[in-house]
Amino acid sequence: MAVPSHPAPSAGPRNRILRWIDYRLPFWAAVQHDFMEYPAPRNLNYWWNFGSLAGVILVIMIATGVVLAMHYQPNADLAFDSVERIMRDVNYGWLLRYIHANGASMFFLIVYIHLFRGLYYGSYKYPRELLWMLGVVILLPWGQMSYWAATVITNLFSAIPVVGNDIVTLLWGGFTVGNPTLNRFYSLHYLLPFVIVAVVMLHLLALHQHGSNNPLGIDRRGPQDAITFHPYYTIKDLFGLCVFLLIFAVFIFYMPNALGHPDNYIPANPMVTPNHIVPEWYFLPYYAILRSVPNKLLGVILMFSSVLILLLLPWLDTSRVRSARYRPIYRLVSWLLPIDAVILGYVGSQPPAGFIVTLGQLATIYYFFHFLILIPLLGKIERPLPLPLSIAEAVLGPRTRPAAAGEGE
Amino acid sequence: MRRHVVALAAALVLAVGFAGQAWAEEEAPHPPHQKWSFNGVFGTYDRAALQRGFQVYKEVCAACHAVKHLYYRDLAELGYGEDSIKGIAAQVQVTDGPNDQGEMFQRPGRPSDPMARPFANDQAARAANNGALPPDLSLITKAREGGSDYIYALLTGFKDAPQGVKLNPNMYYNEYFAGHQIAMPPPLNADQVKYADGTPSTVQQMAHDAVTFLSWAAEPNLEQRHRIGFKVILFLLIATGVFYAGKRKIWSRIEH
Repeated sequence: MAVPSHPAPSAGPRNRILRWIDYRLPFWAAVQHDFMEYPAPRNLNYWWNFGSLAGVILVIMIATGVVLAMHYQPNADLAFDSVERIMRDVNYGWLLRYIHANGASMFFLIVYIHLFRGLYYGSYKYPRELLWMLGVVILLPWGQMSYWAATVITNLFSAIPVVGNDIVTLLWGGFTVGNPTLNRFYSLHYLLPFVIVAVVMLHLLALHQHGSNNPLGIDRRGPQDAITFHPYYTIKDLFGLCVFLLIFAVFIFYMPNALGHPDNYIPANPMVTPNHIVPEWYFLPYYAILRSVPNKLLGVILMFSSVLILLLLPWLDTSRVRSARYRPIYRLVSWLLPIDAVILGYVGSQPPAGFIVTLGQLATIYYFFHFLILIPLLGKIERPLPLPLSIAEAVLGPRTRPAAAGEGE
Repeated sequence: MRRHVVALAAALVLAVGFAGQAWAEEEAPHPPHQKWSFNGVFGTYDRAALQRGFQVYKEVCAACHAVKHLYYRDLAELGYGEDSIKGIAAQVQVTDGPNDQGEMFQRPGRPSDPMARPFANDQAARAANNGALPPDLSLITKAREGGSDYIYALLTGFKDAPQGVKLNPNMYYNEYFAGHQIAMPPPLNADQVKYADGTPSTVQQMAHDAVTFLSWAAEPNLEQRHRIGFKVILFLLIATGVFYAGKRKIWSRIEH
């Protein structure tokens, strides 16, 4: 029987057992290829830290969530008290719950920054359209998880013509929000993170096809433009991770309820509606869009469109220059979107009356104007600055030849 | 790079500021800040205040309000010894059972029992309080905007109704309660409890002690949280420095 006796991978592990495994299951080879020697542009700045940070939080959320699920009672009569048992009687239960609760906020914060990075540096453009769309797909179910809760309460789906009420009954598992509702959302809450993990894998697969975009938005032309991911970006990511964990720890240990709402410590009572329902901060912009439209169905459509529109962005943007650094108008315009989102968030947190309603409507109009009119138009009228010839030239600039130098730290 | 960081920080501050302002908004005046021993990075609960606060709860609040998430055994954290906890628990009669004959029976409370509730159910509580339901107090300092400051302000905020304000029957005027009409009568009167440690029992003192106790009831792990948090943050600060130095060193190998 001809057994290949010399596996002979040159960079394989030295340990004989690891070599034996690697010959059959190329785990080490995959780590080498996709993590250690993986070539990355040499000029990535700190905006590029947020992808790996989001991955770390996903792992933290799943780890704490699995343990919390061992103690939580998904039953309408027991759920609230079981959370308090976790806080008081489970060993370090308070720590797990505060990590999980604040982790959700942190995940959104980081994903929003990661998303803005993509917008600013044009990471969604050719050939990374699917990479971008997979990212939006990750955002969707994550948002859904907590958002469904609000959906249930605000009864959004009943706005759908004809089948709306049946869909709501299906979601609730009855004619009101009750125990079946809690059970099915709990089940989905456990399922969706693993769906997200699967999509993250695809996101990484797509990322590694063409590699990371970079602050210059130009393609890598050769080995002089790239450095190996390890050790350069592993150490940079670790440093960024520590800075993030510091902020995270301040929330967990010293202001664990700052991002929550006091009403969450009152057991739900179907007979008493809180006088001012506010979703979590990360949903406030969507909530503002929903409330800006007097028509319920249209509001629901607009709210979902505000996320789904991101899927179309690669084709809405007519400019072929990726980085805002070489787009003098877009460079300013790109900041209008986060400002608009903050305004929408503020509007979403306020009782809808008077000026707030108008402000919300204006901000909503701008949001869609930004994607549907401004971005397609800018590509046509804007004159981009000359692009550097290569990353190496831009980074090592003055030595080679005077060119449009980036900040490329 | 620096410019981006500044912009990002500004956006964050704006967002947090807006959100904070949004949630702080209420029709009642903002409760003034009090000095609490448990605030701050090293904050701990003042044990003497906790015990006094428990006394106020037991002798005053407990007539109407339950603390259903607390057990008698939890009193050990207030500094009570095992015997005195047994003594406190034994003061109440608890329904237990069924026994071998299938009957429920009464027995003195044990440290493992949840603290006795004043009313058997919400209906009974409403019936005894002109239709108003006295809320459970286990989480009250976390379940109200303004937290401990608010509860203190509420307890000390009873006043005669200003001219022109017409109170509904069985309602009392309170400066800090949303809408100013509260069904709870002013609960604290000077010298209402006799403190074992001789502290004069003014309304302010009793309110302060009771709120300290309630803050502990809502967040019994606060001291452990502060202790661990300090160590974690110290560790992370060092790790951040180490990784930053490592980053500088590794990146010095290449031009960038």
